Amino acid sequence: MPIKEDHTITADTFLDGIWKDNPVFIMLLGMCPVLAVTNSVINALAMGIATTFVLICSSILISLLRKLIPKEVRIATYIVIIATFVTITDYVIQAISLELYNALGAFIQLIVVNCMILGRAEAYASKNRPLKTVINGLGMGLGFTIALLCLGSVRELLGSGSLLGFSIFGAQFQPWVVMILPPGGFFVLGSWLLLFNWIREHNKNKTQQLEQKGTS
Amino acid sequence: MTDTEQAINQVTVRQTSSFAMVATLGIVAMLSGLLVVITWQLTLEPIEENKRIMIEKAIFQVIPNAQYRQSYTITNAGLIPGDEGKGLAFFAVFDKTGKLRGIAVASAAQGYAGMVNLLYGYDPQCECIRGFSIIKMAETPGLGDKILSDENFLANFNALDAQLNSENSALSNPIISVKHGSKSNPWEVDAISGATITSKAVARAINQSAQLILPKLKPYLSQIKYTPADPSDSKQE
Repeated sequence: MPIKEDHTITADTFLDGIWKDNPVFIMLLGMCPVLAVTNSVINALAMGIATTFVLICSSILISLLRKLIPKEVRIATYIVIIATFVTITDYVIQAISLELYNALGAFIQLIVVNCMILGRAEAYASKNRPLKTVINGLGMGLGFTIALLCLGSVRELLGSGSLLGFSIFGAQFQPWVVMILPPGGFFVLGSWLLLFNWIREHNKNKTQQLEQKGTS
Repeated sequence: MTDTEQAINQVTVRQTSSFAMVATLGIVAMLSGLLVVITWQLTLEPIEENKRIMIEKAIFQVIPNAQYRQSYTITNAGLIPGDEGKGLAFFAVFDKTGKLRGIAVASAAQGYAGMVNLLYGYDPQCECIRGFSIIKMAETPGLGDKILSDENFLANFNALDAQLNSENSALSNPIISVKHGSKSNPWEVDAISGATITSKAVARAINQSAQLILPKLKPYLSQIKYTPADPSDSKQE
């Protein structure tokens, strides 16, 4: 029983990852890098780009091979493909900047086990054509990067008083060191989740009220 | 009977053969190997270059007025150029005129979060430590990494005393870190309050290595001369 493939590409294919199914704020996937490397904007950006690269490359390959991979060994195959692109990213980051590589530490290698990537492979790339997968992956990667930047900018601003290394508050600002430490990651993530859920609830209530008005 | 048998048959027909599974994984693994090796080969040169620049930056940072560097190793047989042999390796650093300005030595000690790897500069003229730079560490941002920015802490290393005792067997006073604000001797390191463990690690790394290498280095100091033909030397760009 072949799975029916829906080839239509709509704006939602791309936008789902940014808002409706945002990997961090809605699906809560890949929390390990989200909390660990967002203590500065540059680290957050680098991790976001690295993850997006791995996500898109692995999605293309998995989507191309989707009819050849036997379902019994699909997870093993996906992991091999994802690990390949993570290793490539690892070398490329080392070649670009060793400082950045040391700042990201073990979290580059840990992209292998980022459940967002395996989740996309299993739920999307294995069921869709390469082009659609790429568009969706780009949206998801962008959504992930935006989420990391949301955390990174708040934590760097409060924890070091700077943005992208430029001092914002001046020398007399006493940084909240806790914000660049792990607890700060949880505080900021919690605050963003609160905000996004409040907006969603608010919108839902509004549409419900409108519907009730329309029916009555 | 027929129903169940038919069902079983259908299931077996639908099952993928072991060969297909092995072949798929094998092909994917081969493809993976190919991609990884190609990337490794392409990035090998830039990565080596980055590592070299990083070490060089660190060396020229710990010794003022540096222009050239050469690596040496003290082995049981004596002083040999290069860093291939077994023994204590260090970098000799020279200024524009080829005069020896100091030596840079790598060392490490346990910090708060893993090893603190650093490079420190020793000035044989004043017999003191002129500075240090961190090669790699994972100390807490905002606390432990203050050792790189805290001016009072860095002032410890303007001329940190590292004189040898009269027998040239060890430092006359071991380099130790003391509680913030209680430094009274030139061989003491005034620790940063809030980053005591990291400050201690810096002092310990320097002390351990200096105790070991400086007594052995002393008899060879006059032999270290700048030789422009040495392939291991390099110029600061």
